[in-house]
Amino acid sequence: MPILEFKNVSKIYNNTTKALTDISFSVSEGEFVSIIGPSGSGKSTILRCINRLVDATQGSIIFDGHDIKQADKKEIRQVRKKAGMIFQHYNLVDRLSVIENVLHGRLGYKSVISGVIGHYTEAEKEKAFQILAMLGLTEQAYKRCDELSGGQKQRVGIARSLMQEPRLILCDEPIASLDPSSSKIIMDYLSNINETMKITCIANLHQVDVALRYAKRIIGITAGQIVYDGPPEKLTKAKIYDIYQSDEGELITDVK
Amino acid sequence: MDQTQEKAPRPQDQTSVFVTRKRTFTLAFLGVALIFVISAVATDYEVIGGLESIPKAVVWMARHFIPDAKAWSRLPYILSKLSETALVSVAVTVCAAICAFFFSLPGTKTTKTAPWIARIVRIIAAFFRNVPDIVWAILLLFSFGENILTGFFALFFATFGMLTRTFIETIDEVSASCVEALYATGATSLQTVFNGVIPSSLPEIVSWVLYMIETNIRSSTLIGMLTATGIGYLFDLYYKRMDYSSASLVVISIVILVIAIEILSNKIRKVIM
Ligand SMILES: Nc1ncnc2c1ncn2[C@@H]1O[C@H](COP(=O)(O)OP(=O)(O)OP(=O)(O)O)[C@@H](O)[C@H]1O
Ligand SMILES: [Mg+2]
Repeated sequence: MPILEFKNVSKIYNNTTKALTDISFSVSEGEFVSIIGPSGSGKSTILRCINRLVDATQGSIIFDGHDIKQADKKEIRQVRKKAGMIFQHYNLVDRLSVIENVLHGRLGYKSVISGVIGHYTEAEKEKAFQILAMLGLTEQAYKRCDELSGGQKQRVGIARSLMQEPRLILCDEPIASLDPSSSKIIMDYLSNINETMKITCIANLHQVDVALRYAKRIIGITAGQIVYDGPPEKLTKAKIYDIYQSDEGELITDVK
Repeated sequence: MDQTQEKAPRPQDQTSVFVTRKRTFTLAFLGVALIFVISAVATDYEVIGGLESIPKAVVWMARHFIPDAKAWSRLPYILSKLSETALVSVAVTVCAAICAFFFSLPGTKTTKTAPWIARIVRIIAAFFRNVPDIVWAILLLFSFGENILTGFFALFFATFGMLTRTFIETIDEVSASCVEALYATGATSLQTVFNGVIPSSLPEIVSWVLYMIETNIRSSTLIGMLTATGIGYLFDLYYKRMDYSSASLVVISIVILVIAIEILSNKIRKVIM
């Protein structure tokens, strides 16, 4: 049974900007999918429609058996806590400590009042430290996030999303602000989480070579439409040029 | 290095940017000079006479405004009034800041309120802000009379308007990214405000509150003259009695207080930022 299904989804921003046109695909549990495509093609919009940071204009999105387009406020909360998200710019509360940021992943599970006063159970704290240990951040637990490097911040972002005990992790360009070695560390963690914890991963990536290496399935979109959906092995050079709408020799990957 | 002699190629259009800039400055300067001349003529303001009177004024001030023994004997009373005014200013600013913070939230993008609500918040804030505190004081004088409450509410309204607007901008600027992430975890608006908005915008907010305390101590002196309360009243009293040396001691004590508050708040800013 697919964990996520897009059926003829369209998104038009402000009645003017067509971001997605008639998108359909489904993702099975445990998959590692990478969405690639040129800037402005609608990659972020797809991810945001899933956790309702953005409302799709048309079509239906089924996540974990529920049509999230019909979801009311309470159900949106349920959807969001089952779908972790990590961001290009990490989006942490920089002035708070690492451990506080990680515990924010539990807010979706809490009553409003205990979330407001920041009351976490011993079990939650224990779990937070376990996740930090797994991501090699034990030393940093009490540091303020603005003291961390980019790669460390992104690991805090991953830790926060793991705290949610998600079924699905949405990664919006997780390595776009990182150097090559931190990028590798982050991608290795994501791929590890996907394999050992069986959490489905959808990652928007700008680096085609990274997508080819880590993803088991590639979705290529151009101007809001799917132009490729299949395994990385079948993604030919010609298809890549097609996705990025450019000619041979114009892409950075062509530089030898 | 011999390349420096050769001029780098410039597009024709680009040079005119610098010319326009020079021209704008010249025009602006001439404009200001013209306005000065016109207003001097219109008001019969004698430029030379005005300049000549400056030394005389200084001598007069030096003679009358140096606090004498009588003025110094009033110092304890002056200080008690001064601290009253200062404490009221601090209290007003803090109350207004707390109200303004919660009132500004629906005006920010962080709470995802309907756009028309955000619009109303901004309009209300603009209304309170654009009526000067002195005007508030005059208006309130009718309802409260010469009472400390008049000054309190006058300052409260003006501060509330100013801070609401500032908080809306500050909060949108500093907390947009973490707010998005907190909503994505399934947090509610209130949880997001307490876990994301407050921690990330607190230093800026405190900094603005300190600034408003400084401003309000100055304004409250003026308002006190209107409402016959605090240090403003004392200044007015001495001044009308032509007891200039006591009045000047009042002014000196205000200046010292304002400078002290400024130094203190700069220290606090350094610590929290
Ligand atoms: N909040 C918004 N309001 C209006 N238009 C938007 C909004 N967000 C995105 N768009 C538009 O929708 C289209 C798709 O944007 P999206 O952010 O999904 O692209 P993307 O593939 O993620 O691009 P990038 O690789 O640069 O992140 C773009 O044309 C963009 O201008
Ligand atoms: Mg994007």
